[in-house]
Amino acid sequence: MHLSYKITGGDFSNAGHASSAVKKVLKQLNVDVAVSRRVVVSLYEAEVNVVAHAWYGFIEVDIDDKGIQMVLTDEGPGIADVELAMKEGYSTASHQVREMGFGAGMGLSNIKKNTDFLKIDSEVGKGTRVEMKILF
Amino acid sequence: MKIGDIIRLTAGALISGTDQIEKRVEYAFASDLMSDVLRVEKPNLLLITGLVNIQAIRTAELSDISYIVFARNKKVTDDMKELAEENNMVLIESPYSLFRISGELYKAGIRPVF
Repeated sequence: MHLSYKITGGDFSNAGHASSAVKKVLKQLNVDVAVSRRVVVSLYEAEVNVVAHAWYGFIEVDIDDKGIQMVLTDEGPGIADVELAMKEGYSTASHQVREMGFGAGMGLSNIKKNTDFLKIDSEVGKGTRVEMKILF
Repeated sequence: MKIGDIIRLTAGALISGTDQIEKRVEYAFASDLMSDVLRVEKPNLLLITGLVNIQAIRTAELSDISYIVFARNKKVTDDMKELAEENNMVLIESPYSLFRISGELYKAGIRPVF
Protein backbone atom coordinates (compact mmCIF):
# COMPACT_ATOMS: atom_id res chain seq x y z
CA MET A 1 0.00 0.00 0.00
CA HIS A 2 1.27 3.44 -0.89
CA LEU A 3 0.25 6.71 0.77
CA SER A 4 1.45 10.22 0.00
CA TYR A 5 0.95 13.58 1.64
CA LYS A 6 2.14 17.14 1.11
CA ILE A 7 3.45 19.26 3.99
CA THR A 8 3.53 23.05 3.93
CA GLY A 9 6.33 24.75 5.81
CA GLY A 10 5.14 27.04 8.60
CA ASP A 11 1.62 25.54 8.64
CA PHE A 12 1.68 24.66 12.33
CA SER A 13 -2.07 24.23 12.67
CA ASN A 14 -1.93 21.24 10.30
CA ALA A 15 1.31 19.72 11.59
CA GLY A 16 0.56 16.10 12.40
CA HIS A 17 -2.31 15.84 9.96
CA ALA A 18 -0.53 13.26 7.79
CA SER A 19 0.65 11.29 10.83
CA SER A 20 -2.92 11.16 12.07
CA ALA A 21 -4.12 9.89 8.67
CA VAL A 22 -1.41 7.19 8.65
CA LYS A 23 -2.36 6.16 12.19
CA LYS A 24 -5.96 5.61 11.06
CA VAL A 25 -4.83 3.49 8.09
CA LEU A 26 -2.61 1.34 10.34
CA LYS A 27 -5.55 0.79 12.66
CA GLN A 28 -7.74 -0.29 9.75
CA LEU A 29 -5.00 -2.71 8.68
CA ASN A 30 -4.89 -4.13 12.23
CA VAL A 31 -1.19 -3.31 12.57
CA ASP A 32 0.15 -4.13 16.04
CA VAL A 33 -0.39 -1.16 18.40
CA ALA A 34 3.28 -1.03 19.47
CA VAL A 35 4.44 -0.93 15.82
CA SER A 36 1.83 1.67 14.96
CA ARG A 37 2.98 3.82 17.86
CA ARG A 38 6.60 3.73 16.67
CA VAL A 39 5.51 4.69 13.15
CA VAL A 40 3.30 7.50 14.33
CA VAL A 41 5.84 9.02 16.77
CA SER A 42 8.63 8.92 14.14
CA LEU A 43 6.45 10.31 11.39
CA TYR A 44 5.00 13.06 13.56
CA GLU A 45 8.43 14.25 14.69
CA ALA A 46 9.65 14.21 11.08
CA GLU A 47 6.51 16.00 9.89
CA VAL A 48 6.93 18.70 12.55
CA ASN A 49 10.56 19.12 11.44
CA VAL A 50 9.45 19.85 7.87
CA VAL A 51 6.77 22.29 9.05
CA ALA A 52 9.30 23.94 11.38
CA HIS A 53 12.26 24.24 9.06
CA ALA A 54 11.42 23.69 5.40
CA TRP A 55 9.36 25.51 2.77
CA TYR A 56 7.43 22.45 1.75
CA GLY A 57 7.83 18.70 1.66
CA PHE A 58 6.33 15.36 0.75
CA ILE A 59 5.71 12.19 2.71
CA GLU A 60 5.71 8.83 0.97
CA VAL A 61 4.63 5.82 3.02
CA ASP A 62 4.89 2.24 1.80
CA ILE A 63 3.42 -0.64 3.75
CA ASP A 64 4.21 -4.22 2.82
CA ASP A 65 4.40 -7.59 4.60
CA LYS A 66 7.83 -6.77 6.09
CA GLY A 67 7.13 -3.36 7.55
CA ILE A 68 6.59 0.31 6.93
CA GLN A 69 8.87 2.63 5.02
CA MET A 70 8.50 6.39 5.27
CA VAL A 71 10.40 8.88 3.14
CA LEU A 72 10.14 12.62 3.74
CA THR A 73 11.71 14.94 1.21
CA ASP A 74 11.68 18.68 1.58
CA GLU A 75 12.88 21.82 -0.08
CA GLY A 76 14.36 24.05 2.54
CA PRO A 77 17.54 25.26 4.20
CA GLY A 78 18.90 21.74 4.75
CA ILE A 79 20.93 20.59 7.76
CA ALA A 80 24.52 21.81 7.89
CA ASP A 81 25.74 19.15 10.32
CA VAL A 82 23.52 16.06 10.52
CA GLU A 83 25.61 14.49 13.30
CA LEU A 84 25.21 17.61 15.45
CA ALA A 85 21.48 17.76 14.67
CA MET A 86 21.15 14.19 15.94
CA LYS A 87 22.58 15.20 19.31
CA GLU A 88 19.86 15.39 21.92
CA GLY A 89 19.24 18.95 23.07
CA TYR A 90 20.68 20.57 19.95
CA SER A 91 18.12 22.68 18.15
CA THR A 92 17.91 25.53 15.67
CA ALA A 93 14.12 25.85 16.11
CA SER A 94 12.47 29.25 16.11
CA HIS A 95 10.54 30.75 18.99
CA GLN A 96 7.35 29.90 17.08
CA VAL A 97 8.29 26.20 16.99
CA ARG A 98 9.01 26.23 20.73
CA GLU A 99 5.63 27.83 21.35
CA MET A 100 4.08 24.81 19.64
CA GLY A 101 5.69 22.53 22.22
CA PHE A 102 8.59 21.36 20.07
CA GLY A 103 12.11 22.58 19.31
CA ALA A 104 13.90 21.11 22.32
CA GLY A 105 16.27 19.05 20.20
CA MET A 106 14.52 15.76 20.95
CA GLY A 107 12.86 15.12 17.60
CA LEU A 108 15.61 13.30 15.74
CA SER A 109 16.55 11.22 18.76
CA ASN A 110 12.88 10.29 19.19
CA ILE A 111 12.91 9.19 15.55
CA LYS A 112 16.12 7.20 16.02
CA LYS A 113 14.68 5.45 19.09
CA ASN A 114 11.55 4.39 17.26
CA THR A 115 12.92 3.27 13.90
CA ASP A 116 14.82 0.19 12.75
CA PHE A 117 16.50 2.14 9.96
CA LEU A 118 17.12 5.88 9.66
CA LYS A 119 19.01 7.69 6.92
CA ILE A 120 19.25 11.47 6.62
CA ASP A 121 20.67 13.11 3.51
CA SER A 122 20.80 16.86 3.41
CA GLU A 123 22.19 19.60 1.25
CA VAL A 124 22.44 23.10 2.64
CA GLY A 125 20.28 25.54 0.72
CA LYS A 126 18.41 22.76 -1.10
CA GLY A 127 16.67 20.40 1.27
CA THR A 128 16.60 17.19 3.25
CA ARG A 129 15.58 13.59 2.67
CA VAL A 130 14.73 11.43 5.67
CA GLU A 131 14.21 7.71 5.16
CA MET A 132 12.81 5.63 8.01
CA LYS A 133 11.90 1.95 8.24
CA ILE A 134 10.02 0.11 10.92
CA LEU A 135 9.83 -3.65 10.67
CA PHE A 136 6.92 -5.82 11.79
CA MET B 1 -9.39 7.66 39.80
CA LYS B 2 -12.49 8.73 37.92
CA ILE B 3 -12.52 11.79 35.64
CA GLY B 4 -15.18 13.30 37.90
CA ASP B 5 -12.74 13.17 40.85
CA ILE B 6 -10.01 14.80 38.77
CA ILE B 7 -12.36 17.66 37.92
CA ARG B 8 -13.16 18.08 41.63
CA LEU B 9 -9.52 17.93 42.79
CA THR B 10 -8.31 20.41 40.18
CA ALA B 11 -11.34 22.75 40.55
CA GLY B 12 -11.64 22.12 36.85
CA ALA B 13 -14.21 22.78 34.18
CA LEU B 14 -15.04 19.97 31.77
CA ILE B 15 -14.75 21.28 28.22
CA SER B 16 -15.02 18.09 26.21
CA GLY B 17 -15.95 14.48 26.95
CA THR B 18 -19.03 14.86 29.15
CA ASP B 19 -19.95 11.24 28.44
CA GLN B 20 -16.64 10.02 29.87
CA ILE B 21 -16.89 11.24 33.44
CA GLU B 22 -16.83 7.66 34.76
CA LYS B 23 -13.61 6.73 32.93
CA ARG B 24 -10.58 5.99 35.09
CA VAL B 25 -7.10 7.48 35.08
CA GLU B 26 -4.17 5.58 36.55
CA TYR B 27 -1.08 7.60 35.58
CA ALA B 28 -0.30 11.27 34.94
CA PHE B 29 2.50 13.08 33.16
CA ALA B 30 3.04 16.85 33.32
CA SER B 31 4.89 18.58 30.49
CA ASP B 32 4.73 21.48 28.06
CA LEU B 33 7.17 19.74 25.78
CA MET B 34 5.45 17.54 23.23
CA SER B 35 8.54 15.54 22.25
CA ASP B 36 8.71 14.51 25.90
CA VAL B 37 5.04 13.48 25.85
CA LEU B 38 5.73 11.33 22.77
CA ARG B 39 8.16 9.27 24.88
CA VAL B 40 5.53 8.25 27.41
CA GLU B 41 3.79 4.92 26.99
CA LYS B 42 1.20 4.20 29.66
CA PRO B 43 -2.43 3.22 29.45
CA ASN B 44 -5.11 5.43 31.03
CA LEU B 45 -2.71 8.35 31.21
CA LEU B 46 -3.64 11.92 32.03
CA LEU B 47 -1.60 14.72 30.47
CA ILE B 48 -1.24 17.87 32.56
CA THR B 49 0.03 20.77 30.48
CA GLY B 50 0.26 24.52 30.16
CA LEU B 51 0.54 24.24 26.40
CA VAL B 52 -2.80 25.32 25.02
CA ASN B 53 -2.71 24.91 21.27
CA ILE B 54 -3.72 22.40 18.62
CA GLN B 55 -0.42 20.52 18.91
CA ALA B 56 -1.22 19.50 22.49
CA ILE B 57 -4.37 17.76 21.19
CA ARG B 58 -2.61 16.33 18.14
CA THR B 59 0.22 14.96 20.29
CA ALA B 60 -2.29 13.39 22.67
CA GLU B 61 -4.18 11.85 19.76
CA LEU B 62 -1.02 10.36 18.26
CA SER B 63 0.14 9.09 21.69
CA ASP B 64 -3.23 7.53 22.55
CA ILE B 65 -3.72 9.92 25.45
CA SER B 66 -7.42 10.55 26.03
CA TYR B 67 -7.39 12.85 29.06
CA ILE B 68 -5.84 16.34 29.34
CA VAL B 69 -5.92 18.97 32.10
CA PHE B 70 -4.85 22.46 31.07
CA ALA B 71 -3.30 24.52 33.86
CA ARG B 72 -3.64 28.17 34.89
CA ASN B 73 -7.04 28.89 33.37
CA LYS B 74 -5.78 28.78 29.82
CA LYS B 75 -8.70 28.51 27.45
CA VAL B 76 -9.23 25.70 24.98
CA THR B 77 -9.87 27.04 21.48
CA ASP B 78 -12.67 25.87 19.17
CA ASP B 79 -10.31 24.00 16.84
CA MET B 80 -8.76 22.20 19.83
CA LYS B 81 -12.20 21.22 21.09
CA GLU B 82 -13.25 19.99 17.66
CA LEU B 83 -10.17 17.76 17.28
CA ALA B 84 -10.60 16.48 20.84
CA GLU B 85 -14.24 15.58 20.20
CA GLU B 86 -13.30 13.76 16.98
CA ASN B 87 -10.98 11.62 19.09
CA ASN B 88 -13.28 11.17 22.12
CA MET B 89 -10.95 13.05 24.44
CA VAL B 90 -11.63 14.58 27.82
CA LEU B 91 -10.42 18.20 28.14
CA ILE B 92 -10.43 19.95 31.51
CA GLU B 93 -9.47 23.57 32.24
CA SER B 94 -8.10 24.15 35.74
CA PRO B 95 -7.29 27.43 37.47
CA TYR B 96 -4.44 25.73 39.37
CA SER B 97 -0.76 25.74 38.38
CA LEU B 98 0.92 22.71 36.85
CA PHE B 99 2.63 22.17 40.19
CA ARG B 100 -0.56 22.28 42.22
CA ILE B 101 -2.52 20.04 39.85
CA SER B 102 0.33 17.52 39.93
CA GLY B 103 0.54 17.73 43.72
CA GLU B 104 -3.18 17.32 44.30
CA LEU B 105 -3.44 14.34 41.97
CA TYR B 106 -0.29 12.66 43.27
CA LYS B 107 -1.55 13.06 46.83
CA ALA B 108 -4.85 11.47 45.80
CA GLY B 109 -3.14 8.40 44.35
CA ILE B 110 -2.50 9.07 40.66
CA ARG B 111 0.77 7.38 39.80
CA PRO B 112 3.81 9.02 38.15
CA VAL B 113 5.22 7.59 34.93
CA PHE B 114 8.86 7.95 35.96
